[in-house]
Amino acid sequence: MIFSLDLLTEALLFGVLLGCFYAAVSIGLSVSFGLLDVPHVAHPAVMVLGSYCTYLLASQGLDPIVAGVVLMPAFFVLGILIYRFYYESFEKRGTDAGVRGLAFFFGVAFIIEIGLILAFGVDQRSVSAAYIGSSWALGEYRIPYRMLVAFGVALVLTFGLTVYLSKTFTGRAIKAVAQDEPALRLMGANPVRIKQWAFGIATGVSALAGAMLIIVNPVEPALDRLYIGRTFCVVVLAGLGSMTGTLAAGLILGIAESIVLMFLGASWAPAVAFGLLLIALGVRPQGLFGR
Amino acid sequence: MKYWVSVAVLFLLSVALALAPTNDYFFYAAFVVLQFVVLSTAWNILGGYAGYVNFGTGAFFAIGAYSAVVLFKWLGAPLAVQMVAGAAVSGLLGFSVGLLTLRLRGIFFAIATVAVTFVLETVMINWRYVGGATGLQLVRPAVIEPFDTYTRMLFVVMALLALIAISVARYVQDSWIGRGLRAIRDSEEAAECSGVPTLKLKLFACTISGALMGAAGAAMPMYLAFIEPASTFSLNYSVSALAMPMIGGTAHWIGPVIGALILATIQQVVTVTISNEINVLVVGVLLVAFVVGAPDGVLGLFKRWLRSSK
Repeated sequence: MIFSLDLLTEALLFGVLLGCFYAAVSIGLSVSFGLLDVPHVAHPAVMVLGSYCTYLLASQGLDPIVAGVVLMPAFFVLGILIYRFYYESFEKRGTDAGVRGLAFFFGVAFIIEIGLILAFGVDQRSVSAAYIGSSWALGEYRIPYRMLVAFGVALVLTFGLTVYLSKTFTGRAIKAVAQDEPALRLMGANPVRIKQWAFGIATGVSALAGAMLIIVNPVEPALDRLYIGRTFCVVVLAGLGSMTGTLAAGLILGIAESIVLMFLGASWAPAVAFGLLLIALGVRPQGLFGR
Repeated sequence: MKYWVSVAVLFLLSVALALAPTNDYFFYAAFVVLQFVVLSTAWNILGGYAGYVNFGTGAFFAIGAYSAVVLFKWLGAPLAVQMVAGAAVSGLLGFSVGLLTLRLRGIFFAIATVAVTFVLETVMINWRYVGGATGLQLVRPAVIEPFDTYTRMLFVVMALLALIAISVARYVQDSWIGRGLRAIRDSEEAAECSGVPTLKLKLFACTISGALMGAAGAAMPMYLAFIEPASTFSLNYSVSALAMPMIGGTAHWIGPVIGALILATIQQVVTVTISNEINVLVVGVLLVAFVVGAPDGVLGLFKRWLRSSK
């Protein structure tokens, strides 16, 4: 493909939208893995589960975004249950939580994936809404409305979580748990309850992220494998637990992927996130905005 | 001594089986089971002894397979050469992944190995010579006497490789290397401070583990007479190679063998009788059940039973 300024601008524009979307799908992981140190490899699988739940609700005539919001409380509870189970089985026992905890979440991801295959089959599923399929003509560029919707929701999510974590009492407690758990225990607070709450929030957010996932592209059960790279790339690049960093890292990934997509072709796109992740891990594991 | 006699007996048994007039399907299934014995034993050298979780078994396996395909297509190399080359290339990949352990531990190392898998898969998808995304049909060379079919020969080859892998794991476990690796698993800082050459040992474990996985993968293209990236690099290999030692028990070399024999046999039966999806589900459910309920695997359960019956 010929390199031209026009194409580059288009790639950049699309990259920014895509980047915000990637930030939104990673923000749950940024809390659960970045702040709570839970090796949540199943995060993308939970998100895809959210997409399928959205699909079910949307086929009843509900708007996908509304469906995502409706699903949030249910996923919040699911998150609390997952964390509780993880805590009782691994963190509490202490020894060797690393290897087995990882294996546990890896297993959970596969169970969700296969469960979805058994329930829905391997075919791609998509939802329909007024803003899906049409696009907005901005000068000579065409911006799909679905990307704009995802962009908007992503900004709201990121901004909301940033404010929540820095302004509210519980939010600050979550940050405190991430910083120094024993100190929090000495202050008479129960870190497990705070972590449980935070994990619930992270999972609740994943429901909305899953709704956006199915708005932006059709989903299939095995999609979570690809998103392991994207979400972890964003969270690691961001520096664990940094919300503004998540947005910045999402933008970097989105722009990089959209440029590769434009100039090298779709078959190279999956390598971008994983390649960037490897570079980030190898060169700067503490991320751009590391704590 | 007793160990080596049983190894020889097992090998001769596999040759005898392959020459006996049994149903060919048995070898078709047994090959896969033995292949998982190799993968899970190889995984355990790094994951079980040193505590570094490798999610990238698919990458090592596939790089071995693709090395074999390249050699076969380019030079028409025989199977033995393909497997040695597959082991060498995957060992090299293992060495480079081992260098990552300099900076990365725990989940970071695990995620990095997943990343390696997907990056290499994308490269293979875009490499026309080896068939790209659609894959490449291979014509098997004539079978070597005295075997009737190619599958039977591959079965014996994989049995030999499994025995080699087990012997390597046994050697590593019982030598100072294994002690060093266990020290790394328990506390890398403490090991380093006590004079354990941690980097050297980690690199060794990564290389050996990768080479064995690559050798197992190198036999795959000839087994299927076909190669294709999506299934060769599949994370299903990664989850199986991780689940089998976890189910069998990671502390002893026999653990991954038990895990692989149990799980891979169930998988073979389930794939034939129910479906391919259920077989991955079985892996996931058993993995979760064991890491939660029996953290030391079948071996741990067995030990507990021995102690309580005393």
